Amino acid sequence: MVEALYWIGCGLTLLGALLTVVGAAGVLRFPDVYTRIHAASITDTGGATLLLLGLGLMSGLQFATLKLVIVWAFIMLTSPAAAHALANAAYASGLTPWIGEFRIIKGATPDAKKTGNAS
Amino acid sequence: MSGPLAMLDVGAIINGVLLVMLVVLMCAIARVRNLLTAILLMGVYSLVMAVWLTVMDAADVAFTEAVVGAGVSTVVLLGAILLTRSETAAISWKAMIAPGLAVLVVGGLLVFAAQDLPDFGDPASPANAYVGKLYLEMTGGDIGAANVVTAVLGSYRGFDTLGETTVIFAAGLGVALMLGFGERAMSDRERGRMPVNVSAGEDHVVLRVMAKLLIPLIVLYAFYVQFHGDLGPGGGFQAGVIMAVAVILHALVFGLDATMHAVRPGVARAIAALGVLVYAGVGIANIVHGGTFLNYDYLFPPGVEARLPDAAHHNWGQHFGIMAIEAGVLLTVAATMITVFYGFAGRSAEAVAVVGGDDTHGQNP
Repeated sequence: MVEALYWIGCGLTLLGALLTVVGAAGVLRFPDVYTRIHAASITDTGGATLLLLGLGLMSGLQFATLKLVIVWAFIMLTSPAAAHALANAAYASGLTPWIGEFRIIKGATPDAKKTGNAS
Repeated sequence: MSGPLAMLDVGAIINGVLLVMLVVLMCAIARVRNLLTAILLMGVYSLVMAVWLTVMDAADVAFTEAVVGAGVSTVVLLGAILLTRSETAAISWKAMIAPGLAVLVVGGLLVFAAQDLPDFGDPASPANAYVGKLYLEMTGGDIGAANVVTAVLGSYRGFDTLGETTVIFAAGLGVALMLGFGERAMSDRERGRMPVNVSAGEDHVVLRVMAKLLIPLIVLYAFYVQFHGDLGPGGGFQAGVIMAVAVILHALVFGLDATMHAVRPGVARAIAALGVLVYAGVGIANIVHGGTFLNYDYLFPPGVEARLPDAAHHNWGQHFGIMAIEAGVLLTVAATMITVFYGFAGRSAEAVAVVGGDDTHGQNP
């Protein structure tokens, strides 16, 4: 049982690591800021979730597992908010999304036709 | 970790990868000309450093590196580049020859000298043989703190830590002397000379909700780190920085005005001084009760200590002494970080107002 949990944990950790690598590749390869933010937020939501779940299973069910769950909850609260803040700041400073223009924020219409290729 | 993967020398691999990452990051920081990128890379450098220190089992140092290096100094540096240009000037390669040679010579000397350093964890090395061994053996009986690092930092080496606390206070004062305490920005804005909404986000609903949720938890975590320092990694320095981060987060989301009204700059600098005073006061209390400076065995008058519960097995003087000086450290570190942030942020608000009037984006790319 413990052995099986350990191996499932290993698998989940590997999967999480894979997602993290995918996210990193996306940050490097995607065309503009918004798609890059999308890739980066895969890393710290999906990747972190699988990694922490895997670590929790690998350590066996004990007090450390609870701590990992709390860490997970904090990451799920903070990183989507950080991704949102990044995208919001990029939009407010006038970067037009690669796939087209949106009007989401009242009064913050991007007038400059910059392509969002700032890194 | 006892698992099927234990046969691999995972530690060596992780060490190697982290060290290579540190070298690559250092080269990138030296080469990059955009200051914003350099600051973010320095944050990454600190995080990698913290991970490496964790691998080395130096949890207390790793904790400090993560909070101070990756957390608060990144924020302060970001505030600083608002006051200056965001690109460094281009330097011709000829101007780099002499400094480069100096760096190579000094670096070579350091690498040469490092060969004489004892191996990692060598029991015969001077650090582990004399005083270090003594600390490990004596802490249980002398002080009773479960975390030997706290015992060394707070009691055996209490005088050094007083010096560190004073240095932090003095550094905060130095920044304030150069940049001001941030009060000028506050009074300017109250007089209506500055646009009110320089940094306050009217539309940032998500951020405001998250900040309202997180700030109390961050403060709670700071207290946990503070009082858990006896048992595990943590203590006044880390807790102070975490406490300051809560205030800085408030300023970033709700605007500097709101924060300066909640935690007034005058209060912040008074608390910074109070922390050093508490620390030194604990030391002087020991002298008054017949001991030497910062010798917590004399913290309580002899009659009082005997009446405390279980006085035979608990070293209450040491216990409360460490707790009191850690409280002093917490006050000074937190308030100094807040003061430094106010200094930079107050100036940044001014700079944005001067450069752009109605341009809310500032001059930051």
